[in-house]
Amino acid sequence: MSFFQMPHPAAARRIFLGRSAGLVLSGTAVALLAGKEGLAAQQSGAGDGASQDVQILNTALGAELEAIAAYQLGAESKLLQKPVLDLAVTFQGHHKEHADLLAKTVEKLGGKPVLAKSNYNFPVDQLKSQADVLRFASKLEQGAVSAYLGAVPLFGNRDLSKAAASILGDEAMHWAVLRNALGEAPVPSAFVS
Amino acid sequence: MSDRRLAGALALAFACTAQAGPADQLAHGEQVYARCLACHALAYDRVGPHHCGLLGRRAGSVPGFAYSQAMKDSRITWDEKTLDRFLAAPTQAVPGTSMTYAGIPDAKDRSDLIAYLRHSGESPECTRTGSAQR
Repeated sequence: MSFFQMPHPAAARRIFLGRSAGLVLSGTAVALLAGKEGLAAQQSGAGDGASQDVQILNTALGAELEAIAAYQLGAESKLLQKPVLDLAVTFQGHHKEHADLLAKTVEKLGGKPVLAKSNYNFPVDQLKSQADVLRFASKLEQGAVSAYLGAVPLFGNRDLSKAAASILGDEAMHWAVLRNALGEAPVPSAFVS
Repeated sequence: MSDRRLAGALALAFACTAQAGPADQLAHGEQVYARCLACHALAYDRVGPHHCGLLGRRAGSVPGFAYSQAMKDSRITWDEKTLDRFLAAPTQAVPGTSMTYAGIPDAKDRSDLIAYLRHSGESPECTRTGSAQR
């Protein structure tokens, strides 16, 4: 039974948090990766490879910062009801963790992390209901999965590919949960692209 | 069924068949476009620039958008051919681009995506904002 269909939000939240243990582990694993002292050393002197890794990380960071803003918009819209609102805040927290990790890694590699924009263009006039907000978030998460999938093979440093794949897995779970909330098949196919 | 009605039915069936191709292509192109939605939208700039009016636009030319120097210097004008080459492997086509994405390896996926982008330029979402002309 989906936690979105459960009658009691508290029970739904317990189930969700119980199912989220893997997310916490992934985040920890990625944080450990970011803490590797050898990462900067591996990259220094790598020339164009290191430079491209910084560019990839910064592009991902820009998208994560926008996702944080998008979830903030959803959370403040008054269109989301519990437990969906709790989920949105939880997912926003994941994006904050991703952004923090990406920014720190860019700095470790000698780059300058991109900053959040002062304002973002969101289709606010098209968000009239909870379903609209969920659909908007679902599309962003789907795109994020594709973006990370397209970034994974480009890193010069394979540890960074692993870190990006970990984030990809988390965002794929966000996408599946949001699809489920919309009454769509949570996992529409055997592969993502 | 009379000959006239049969001929009419056949003509209608033919017309529907003839239109199914482009419609299928656009539908598939829209599905492929979902891969772009982490960074792009049709009518407004995000991490990447908007796509309304993309075909025929000079690369790196949307006013106010912070392009990479590589894209600004690319001297590309976007059409079916240049988009196909770029989408196949963006970082190889324009080294230094901010679009750090491995690419769309399947030629039909790229072709349908480009058809969708061209078609979308005429959509209300694009014409309403006037961004197709930018």
